[in-house]
Amino acid sequence: MKPLDCLEIKNLTVTFPLSAGTLWAVNDVSFTLARGETLGIVGESGCGKSMTAMAIMNLLPQAAQLQATGLTFNGQELTALNESEMSDIRGNRMAMIFQEPMTSLNPAFTVGAQLMEAILRHRKVKKSEARERALYLLEKVGITAAASRLRQYPHELSGGLRQRVMIAMALMCSPDLIIADEPTTALDVTIQAQILHLLTEIQREFEMTVIMITHDLGVVANVTDRVAVMYAGRIVETGLVSQLFESPQHPYTQKLLDCIPVPGKTKRGSYLGSIPGRVPSLIGDLSGCSFANRCSFCTDECLNNDPPWHQIGSQRGYLCWRNPEQISPYKGQGVSL
Amino acid sequence: MNDSASTILELSDVVRTFSVSRGIFKKKTKLHAVSGVSLSVQKGQVWGLVGESGCGKSTLAMMILGLLPATSGRITVNEKALHQWHQRNLSRLIQPVFQDPYSSLNPRKTIGQIVGLPLRVHEIGSKEDQCKKVKEMLEMVGLSPRAYDSYPNQLSGGQRQRVAVARALIMRPQIVLCDEPTSALDVSVQSQILNLLIDFRQKLDLTYLLISHNLAVVEHMATHIAVMYLGRIVEMADTDSLFANPRHPYTRALLKSVLLPEPGKRVTDPNLGLEFPNPFDLPTGCKFHPRCSEAMPVCRITAPDAATSPGGYVECHLYSETSTQDRNIDHSKEIA
Repeated sequence: MKPLDCLEIKNLTVTFPLSAGTLWAVNDVSFTLARGETLGIVGESGCGKSMTAMAIMNLLPQAAQLQATGLTFNGQELTALNESEMSDIRGNRMAMIFQEPMTSLNPAFTVGAQLMEAILRHRKVKKSEARERALYLLEKVGITAAASRLRQYPHELSGGLRQRVMIAMALMCSPDLIIADEPTTALDVTIQAQILHLLTEIQREFEMTVIMITHDLGVVANVTDRVAVMYAGRIVETGLVSQLFESPQHPYTQKLLDCIPVPGKTKRGSYLGSIPGRVPSLIGDLSGCSFANRCSFCTDECLNNDPPWHQIGSQRGYLCWRNPEQISPYKGQGVSL
Repeated sequence: MNDSASTILELSDVVRTFSVSRGIFKKKTKLHAVSGVSLSVQKGQVWGLVGESGCGKSTLAMMILGLLPATSGRITVNEKALHQWHQRNLSRLIQPVFQDPYSSLNPRKTIGQIVGLPLRVHEIGSKEDQCKKVKEMLEMVGLSPRAYDSYPNQLSGGQRQRVAVARALIMRPQIVLCDEPTSALDVSVQSQILNLLIDFRQKLDLTYLLISHNLAVVEHMATHIAVMYLGRIVEMADTDSLFANPRHPYTRALLKSVLLPEPGKRVTDPNLGLEFPNPFDLPTGCKFHPRCSEAMPVCRITAPDAATSPGGYVECHLYSETSTQDRNIDHSKEIA
């Protein structure tokens, strides 16, 4: 781990023991995150992206079992911490923004009480100082009449305002790392643009490290520096955002890009790319490539043996049996259809 | 608009208000969900209806389906007013596909029963015929025959949405109204459902009304687009014109908010301000003026008339046929 790194994850595996066998929710995931960087974790539902976030925050469900050779945050090994040491970090040095502000804000408490809770727990501050910080941040996230908002309850705010409150809440202790789990999925496109614009501005100003978890490739392309594509619990490809969109290597990434219509590029009314089949069961013995049953390049090797990780340079890599020479250059979105 | 011979659905000045109680002792207030929508849909067109949540898209959909009467205005389907249609016959012509395949299918019925229900209601064919038809339909939407006896909870989200499409198409309707058909689905599944809709449009000669907040999807599917804001269509045009030359400031903000899967561009603020206006207390004049970055004095006073634009119209003072200055003078007199 370089001194500039904020977070390093090595071989993270999250499993659930079920009566039918072991469920591999997150399977051997490794990545590092430099300070001030934005990493996008993209994948479809059930691919383990939220579980990865929960593992970092140590908020996994009770039944989950976590194994990792390293989970280092600011030079501190998280797996070695007990619950009270962990809760000193959570909400303080790392914070989370959840998808649905309606369900993640407590309806019984005022916005002000919820905003001030974390800073009163983690810092030795007076209530008046906490209130001042809350006011400052509400204005920072673009909320007008902040003083009266502090006395309001979550149901009195619109969805966009609630998400702004969530962001302000995450910023209260000026954390080093923010994990945003689908922060704009429940919002209208216009509000989504506002919130993402705000998040990127704030990140730049406070020099924060951000993990952006999303299923929306448009969000990834516009907000992140680096991307990890997850499929069936594994990271199948990583790269700088420009590399990933221009020359995706893994068949899943290529097909995923073909699935989305791009205004101005995809011919109107033409058939979109699609991925046949469905995500395999993650229970039991998972030998072989998890994408094999849906891949057009599948061979016997793919079905029986785990694919190797090809590292290209320091930033880029993918998990596939095909060598870089075997992969024909990606024609670009909308062109290959 | 064009030759009326092929007009399959026409809305003229459709209004829907709801009386809403805002407390036991308070007087009921009127909520204007849809205020004066006119739209003419020709056979074979695909109309995309876009706008923020709360703009009245779904209320409009309910009225077109005949599930909610209009407060005033006229909806005609095949040149016959909606209230003259028997609901049974109307449902043979217009069928919906809803957003959430998890809640729109009855969990206690098998897929065969769900898809076959319209046939039983309309008493079409013998039991064997119905069963055969359902199985054909399931095959057409790409489901295995095994699905016939399964229950919705045994299917994935994409398969359930295929069932919803099968149920809508089994009566061979002419119009299919899709209300956010892919919003609850993953991207790879979304493309499968969109492909299915594209396929059936050609095969079965369908007309679609597609309500969606995903503008990339609307751009891909629709031949025409209507942009709604607070109960009114503020701009309508064919898809090419609208995307090439969005005229209404709201349309421009919407298009600016679309995040394309192309890296290198940063997210820009659409400049729409913070608050969605209170639907109980609508702004005067142009309803969009409190959020509009190009608002003029006249916008606060008068609602704009529709100005024709290539392939449609736009309701905005920026494009009024009479010059804005004249309007300013007119209204200062009125107020005085």
